[in-house]
Amino acid sequence: MRTSSLILLAWLSMAVVGLLPVIEPYRVSLPEILATPSTDHWLGTDELGRPVLDRLLSGAGVSLLVALTTVTISALIGIAVGLVAGYFGGVTDRLISRVIEIFLAFPGMLLAIAMAAMIGPGIDNVIIALAVMGWVGYARLVRVQVMSLRQRDHVLAAAALGSSDLTIMRRHLLPLVMAPVWVEASFGVAGAVVAEAGLSFLGLGIQAPDASWGGMIRDGVRYLLVAPHLVVAPGMALFLVVLAANLFGDALRDRFDVTSRNSW
Amino acid sequence: MTVRLISQLIDTLIVLFGVSTLVFLLLVLIPGDPVDVVLGESAQAADREAMRAALGLDRPLPERWLKFYVDLAHGDLGDSLVRLQPVTDLIRQRLPATLQLAAAAFVLVLLIAMPLGIIAARHRGRWPDSLAQTFALVGVSIPNFWLGPLLVLLFSVYLGWTPVSGNLESGSLVLPAITLGLSMAAITTRMMRSSLLEIESQPFLRTARCKGLSEGAVMLRHSLPNAMLPVITVLGLQLGGLLAGAVITEVVFSWPGIGSLLVDAIRQRDYPVVQGVVLFIALSYVLVNRLSDTLAAWLDPRIRERA
Repeated sequence: MRTSSLILLAWLSMAVVGLLPVIEPYRVSLPEILATPSTDHWLGTDELGRPVLDRLLSGAGVSLLVALTTVTISALIGIAVGLVAGYFGGVTDRLISRVIEIFLAFPGMLLAIAMAAMIGPGIDNVIIALAVMGWVGYARLVRVQVMSLRQRDHVLAAAALGSSDLTIMRRHLLPLVMAPVWVEASFGVAGAVVAEAGLSFLGLGIQAPDASWGGMIRDGVRYLLVAPHLVVAPGMALFLVVLAANLFGDALRDRFDVTSRNSW
Repeated sequence: MTVRLISQLIDTLIVLFGVSTLVFLLLVLIPGDPVDVVLGESAQAADREAMRAALGLDRPLPERWLKFYVDLAHGDLGDSLVRLQPVTDLIRQRLPATLQLAAAAFVLVLLIAMPLGIIAARHRGRWPDSLAQTFALVGVSIPNFWLGPLLVLLFSVYLGWTPVSGNLESGSLVLPAITLGLSMAAITTRMMRSSLLEIESQPFLRTARCKGLSEGAVMLRHSLPNAMLPVITVLGLQLGGLLAGAVITEVVFSWPGIGSLLVDAIRQRDYPVVQGVVLFIALSYVLVNRLSDTLAAWLDPRIRERA
């Protein structure tokens, strides 16, 4: 958990540094096209002579922004839908479960690609496309949890004391379903980072001249033979962040498992 | 079993209906007028009307929806705006390349995941296990649009063993298959391992060992058949996912399958092709998943005989 936290912290710092005015992701310098890493440019320059390190830092901000926004929106929608379905049951639940099932019937990225294709590229649309794909996981998770918690004594007691449905959901159910939601959110960050980069790689995500790790790989592939650093650097950053988020999710899951086992 | 099959069939039909409706509604999401998007705003009025009629945009939404289903029932996905061919023909031309790639990736998944999962479970907590777990973690974390170029760099450029792209030379299938299959191999390895470990404490395994069977025989006759059920479900999910995962892999390697068809169509704003390919992949995904669920249920005598 320590290694993964360190990498995620590094990602965060990169994103912050990427906002500083000394970073020049858009500075075109034609004499320095496709320069290999040197003391002037630690990670070399790209096909327009722009410093790869600066673009990498700027891209860190983009991926962080997209990941956090996507996960937050997906989780909020998913938790609300899952709470309603699990708590009210009956026709409401059957209807919502059908919708969940239909969204789950789309394989991974396909829905996001199709959405992005229709609503067009850009950072806002990437977030929308990924949230449309992402909410289902949280909804399914929360729904199952709430269904198993609905008949617990404290919930029945709250209802008998006249608490409203909203209060019961918020005060008595929500806190108990949050542990798996955090685990899902951690994997969600990994998924969103890959998905944003994937969409940008396909030209459906962040648009030039803005820096995105996926877009940098896409542009770099054309110069793979002469300047492999253009592909290696952003890919390595991407890989490490995804690896860290996955490790973090695994560790979180193990930790929550242990505590729940002890408390039974 | 029959009752179960019928209820599953109805269930599948409802999902197929929902999925196709969602894909139909995607066209509604296009901001502004799709005709403007396709033709540009300076197009002639007559051309715009022709395009509007060709896309069916001059009809109300419910009528278009109904027509979409009638056409779908006839196996008609509309015509490409750019290539002026039926979308089904385009899919039929490109599908063999994608199937070839998906099949190669699937074989690779089986060849890697089965032995690795078994070795990891048998040597639990020792180095082969850590190795397999590291492989599983790296495999799911490495994005395929980065893995592809890295493999090209290593095997085509530095070592010169395989062609850089396309599918014309022999050996050109290897790198795309690894690129497409690695993350699935990682997931399946993990599933295989945990599934084997889960049944490890079952009494029938103790009995098998007590009656003097060798470890190999226990694995082959008792552990594997029982551990395979969840693995088959996961494999089914991934087999369907291979078609979707092929989209990025095909772009990386300029592989002429339906994935490149989709991405080209998106770039050309050829909406009927986009819609058709997305629908085709989604429907195949649902069908493969349902089939593998049915297969897993049928293979399990506990479920087969109860129903």
